[in-house]
Amino acid sequence: MPATACEVRVLAHSAAAPGIRLLTVAWPRADKAPHAGQFFMLRCWPDTAAPLLSRPISVHRWDESTGALEFLYEVRGQGTRLLSALEPGDLLLLTGPSGNGFDAAAAAAAGKVAVVGGGIGTAPLYQLVRELAAAGCRPDLYAGFRDEPYGLEKFSPLCRRVHLATDSGRAGYHGLVTGIFHPEEYDLVLCCGPEPMMKAVAAQCEAAGVKCLVSLEKKMACGVGACLGCTCHTTGGAKSVCRHGPVFDAKEVFGR
Amino acid sequence: MSDLHVDFLGKRLAGPVIAASGTFGYGEEYADMFDLKVLGGVCSKGLTLHGKYGNEGERLYETSAGLINSIGLQNPGVAHFIDEELPRMLALGTAVFANLGGGSIEDYEQGAALLDATAVDFIELNISCPNVKQGGIAYGIRADSAKEVVSRVRAATKKPLVVKLSPQAEDIPRMAAACVEAGADALSLVNTFQACAIDLERRRPVFNNIFAGLSGPAVKPIALRMVWQAVGAVDVPVIGLGGITSGLDALEFIMAGAAAVQVGTANFMDPRACGRITAEIGRWMDRHGVKDLSEIRGCARM
Repeated sequence: MPATACEVRVLAHSAAAPGIRLLTVAWPRADKAPHAGQFFMLRCWPDTAAPLLSRPISVHRWDESTGALEFLYEVRGQGTRLLSALEPGDLLLLTGPSGNGFDAAAAAAAGKVAVVGGGIGTAPLYQLVRELAAAGCRPDLYAGFRDEPYGLEKFSPLCRRVHLATDSGRAGYHGLVTGIFHPEEYDLVLCCGPEPMMKAVAAQCEAAGVKCLVSLEKKMACGVGACLGCTCHTTGGAKSVCRHGPVFDAKEVFGR
Repeated sequence: MSDLHVDFLGKRLAGPVIAASGTFGYGEEYADMFDLKVLGGVCSKGLTLHGKYGNEGERLYETSAGLINSIGLQNPGVAHFIDEELPRMLALGTAVFANLGGGSIEDYEQGAALLDATAVDFIELNISCPNVKQGGIAYGIRADSAKEVVSRVRAATKKPLVVKLSPQAEDIPRMAAACVEAGADALSLVNTFQACAIDLERRRPVFNNIFAGLSGPAVKPIALRMVWQAVGAVDVPVIGLGGITSGLDALEFIMAGAAAVQVGTANFMDPRACGRITAEIGRWMDRHGVKDLSEIRGCARM
């Protein structure tokens, strides 16, 4: 389904953790409903103002009944700093929904599912576990954070078990999420996080012969497959992360 | 209500705004963004005879009011374009400009011959891609090199031929005149400006090719100067582009003598930019009692 673009209104905006914000907007296009793993390009500054490009942010939660669309994002650079100043009632430009996203129905039918997230990479996994739950699947969640975890309480009712790891040892297992994750228990692994983490999870999955889907992140200009700025190598040739992805079979993109 | 149409090389374009090559895919990506029928046309991504992966490493870098890109003519090749992307482009309901880049002169000739047998409305010959060593920029700097490739392509196709110039050309008026002498029916300018950025953390150039192409509002005044020069040097239509972000920007190019304009980088700020800019031009004309763009085209030169 091709993306569209429209101005949307901010419904709520709050801090979820230090440097992490939850933005809720009213998405008026029920005919362009997003699903897990898809993203939008966000912009709340004028065409002539810096930064030049809009910012791609994944869907954290989409409520079809109310049209409320949530983005959980980390304030990291110029674009997200501008986004972080939005207040209820403000307008911003959304382009999307973009990308292939996760196929929750197919994942639910695959058998035992693990969802593995790192840091702000857990953001799209919330909509994913919601859709998995709706499809009758309660996955196990493995979440890794540098220090203080955030957002996990929302996952608990939708997951069979929640496993936590922190680099600092502040909560859960002291170390990387790969230290507590055992892919051989699963039929399918769905992963989003920093690239080194996704590569490590994908390597574990490959060794165990378990299919692993990863959601990639890249700098984007158009966000709709037009500019070819976010091209990645895959075993199937050149693919746009924004259009053919961001979700790929790990073997397609992390092949040696 | 003002009339925004443009008569261009025997065709009637619905409006003066054309989506620039490389910023609008093959058009269908934008079909649900706004009514594409208001456009003067859509330029395809730069095509080469054989498909290309494009460049490795970073491809995008933001600057103050600009964007540096190093895509490197990633495209599926002319034959694939004709079979797969072109039929969908032709269904958009707007004019189709097939943007043809190349390596050797023979590749350009063969690509043009293949496109000649299709329903594309125009061929836009790209002798100005700064991101590929064999991407045409070699022909875009010196007027005598340009003349050779344009005349060979001219012989290979009867399609209306628009030659897209590089701002790296040694001498814009001479380049413009040489291309027209060699058979160009129209010109478009400018492509991106060769630029550079350094990654301080890595202490290396951002781009694998070191240099890449700068576009966006930062280049507009220089692009406008070059369009002005080209209009003064030839008597064929000139399409102006370079950093156009608003209807007022577009009107500057038209008052400098541009037959039409292209909008590129602004599509990345708002995917509806081409539609909005078209509407802004119309509103300005209404406010100023201008019924037809021909009333103001080139008026700044009088």
